Amino acid sequence: MDISLSKAQKDIAKEARRFLKKECTIDYVLDMYEGESGFGDDLWDKMAAMDWMAMRIPEAHGGMEMEQIDLNLVLEEMGRAAVPGPFFSTVMLAAEAILQAGNDAQKERYLADIADGKLKGTLALYESDSGSNPGYIYMDARPDGDDIVLNGTKLCVPDAHLVDIMVCAARTDGGITLFLVDAAADGLKITPLPTMDATRRLSTVEFSNVRLGPDSILGVLNQGWEPLQRVLQRAQVGLAAECLGGAQYAMETATDYAKVRVQYDQPIGGFQAIKHRCADMFVAVESSRSILYWAAWAQDHGDDREAALAASAAKAFCAEAFTKVTGGAIQVLGGTGFTWENGMHVYLKRAKANEAAFGDPDFHRERVVQLLTE
Amino acid sequence: MDFRFTPEQNAFREEFVAWLEKTLPDDWDPENPPKFENSDEERRAYQDFQKKLSDAGYAARHYPKEYGGQGKEVIEGIIVSQVIATTCQVLNAPGLVTQAIAMPTILACGTEAQKKELLPRTIDGTYIWCQGFSEPDAGSDVANIQTLAIHQGDHYVVNGQKVWTSYGHMADYCLLLVRTDPDSRRNRGLSYLLVDMTSSGIDVRPMKQITGEAEFNEVFFDDVNVPVENLVGQEGDGWKIAITTLMFERTLGDAILGALYEKNIHRMVDMAGQTKRSGRPVLEDPIARQKLGQAYIEVMVLKNHGLRNLCAQLQGGIPGPEGSIGKLLWSETNQRITEAALGMQGPSGLISGDSDWSVQSGFWQYAFLRSKGNTIEAGTSEIQRNIIGERVLGLPKDMSRMKKEEV
Repeated sequence: MDISLSKAQKDIAKEARRFLKKECTIDYVLDMYEGESGFGDDLWDKMAAMDWMAMRIPEAHGGMEMEQIDLNLVLEEMGRAAVPGPFFSTVMLAAEAILQAGNDAQKERYLADIADGKLKGTLALYESDSGSNPGYIYMDARPDGDDIVLNGTKLCVPDAHLVDIMVCAARTDGGITLFLVDAAADGLKITPLPTMDATRRLSTVEFSNVRLGPDSILGVLNQGWEPLQRVLQRAQVGLAAECLGGAQYAMETATDYAKVRVQYDQPIGGFQAIKHRCADMFVAVESSRSILYWAAWAQDHGDDREAALAASAAKAFCAEAFTKVTGGAIQVLGGTGFTWENGMHVYLKRAKANEAAFGDPDFHRERVVQLLTE
Repeated sequence: MDFRFTPEQNAFREEFVAWLEKTLPDDWDPENPPKFENSDEERRAYQDFQKKLSDAGYAARHYPKEYGGQGKEVIEGIIVSQVIATTCQVLNAPGLVTQAIAMPTILACGTEAQKKELLPRTIDGTYIWCQGFSEPDAGSDVANIQTLAIHQGDHYVVNGQKVWTSYGHMADYCLLLVRTDPDSRRNRGLSYLLVDMTSSGIDVRPMKQITGEAEFNEVFFDDVNVPVENLVGQEGDGWKIAITTLMFERTLGDAILGALYEKNIHRMVDMAGQTKRSGRPVLEDPIARQKLGQAYIEVMVLKNHGLRNLCAQLQGGIPGPEGSIGKLLWSETNQRITEAALGMQGPSGLISGDSDWSVQSGFWQYAFLRSKGNTIEAGTSEIQRNIIGERVLGLPKDMSRMKKEEV
């Protein structure tokens, strides 16, 4: 048993923190927040130069073939910096789906470009009746000759307005099938939604007779559900890592403020009402880290049941902790925390977004019980 | 990073489980362990079990051989404790203070004579220990201790009162925190004594607690003579010794409690499957399922936090004030779990053990009430939050405490 990071892993985290501290300040995030697309190619290209898109991609496709825990360390720092844009969508959703479900030709065609930062992608999953449950996929996929024609609407697709490709889950005769869809395909309409968390914009994606060739089936017809679960599981763990990083930032910011803000002739951190709130934030952060390391490790080394249990447990816990800590931080910061320019709102909004994405905490608690009683 | 035990460690666990199965009575039911008639019976059961463990080489697995241990790695000691906690904790309960506080304190800070004399007979179950820290006016404010030990020739004369002394009524020895310098204030001038509980002048009065049992006691000291060779460290070192040993042991405790509570989650799932609400098993109720899921998640936090800290300690780190996280986690998690479990039982939740109608032999009723002590004993949750706030996060003390501690 060894629950510690290796020297190489510590270096990954350190380098990511150093890079993002310089390239993705809170002022930059707030600029992007108010911008049209919420994203800048300059930061994307620099991140690609750091090889972050390549971390999980197999060596055969130009990647570094690292484990979830390694990528998690970068995601944690991205959460800390509230990095805007489609990194998560591209790496944890599109690339992971191609990795988990795709055939060799599809991997060959897309993964190297993703690893190089040349291609952006996302996953079109949720529909109006599904809530947090990806089981409720109704999107119609009908064969027409050799082609397949998609009709329906996907909701809350992250970063759809920025990507080149989408992996889309639809219902076929014998199950769920994943499709690779060009974001510029005829019949596809992408409409950005006014999104609370403006670091990761959501869109509706309407499919009107979108015609796809047979090579658009990602992997095997009707066999998309299982790889999709594996993708979602890793996405849950990755998102939990972002939550941890964001929560740590919020906790540190609030604690630093409590040391210098004076009221009644003493730093407010001396008052137990504030001190205990800060202590609770610290406990929430360290608790998140403990459950998250397990979940990340389990994705690559645990059995299927452990990997699923750990992913759900970590996602539910870390997301709620992030929301709780950002709420607490805003309270400690007082009027300052409620201002736009202070930026803590960016984290609160991102916490709510992360909580809702890929299974809200209620969904995951239910899943935990299902797994425990199977 | 690896969350697994090594094959050797797993083999050791299997070996110990097999030994335990052979050693415990044939009709032993971990879900429904025997209840003791009185504390004499409980004490005898503990001593008998410890003797067997010790003879078979499973007691104090990670203690040096010359003091009665086996000289093996710490993790084996933890494996033994985890297995005991989940199968026969009732046989080990009187040894809680003994194993968690007395043994590590003596090992780390005791004189060679103290180690040679006391450790082997503690490890084989002969001696049970209690801890005399709290006093009527020194609860969370431990530094306010008033019990005096005046040095007279070859002994100290102790006068004062301790309270909330767990297992004091069964104990052979007491770890006693006293003031050796009557003019000292706060945490200066405190010393650490090992006191024979059969000494003349000691009066132990059990206190009935919320569960109806008398696990703890008031202990009165009236001109009690303690030989000077029973001093741990130097005069005035008492505070330092008390603090450091507590921190070391906390980490090991977390790793054991994680295993214990994980088992309780499975017990809770079974209970929810057997107990009905509105004609259907509680396990089908969506709200109950949410609470079950949350309980599991919190226990996984505790378990993995315990393992993470354990590994940090095994790699040579000295546990610091962040040990308070674990204390908060286990105590508050246990309260939430037991409360949720009781809530799932509806009116049956009011029936304690000893009835054909009790649920899981009243396990949760007892656990719920006992858990109320968890956030008080071993440093209240409020004190843990102060420690985290001040010693980990570096927040200032509040002004009233700052003034008092400046004196």
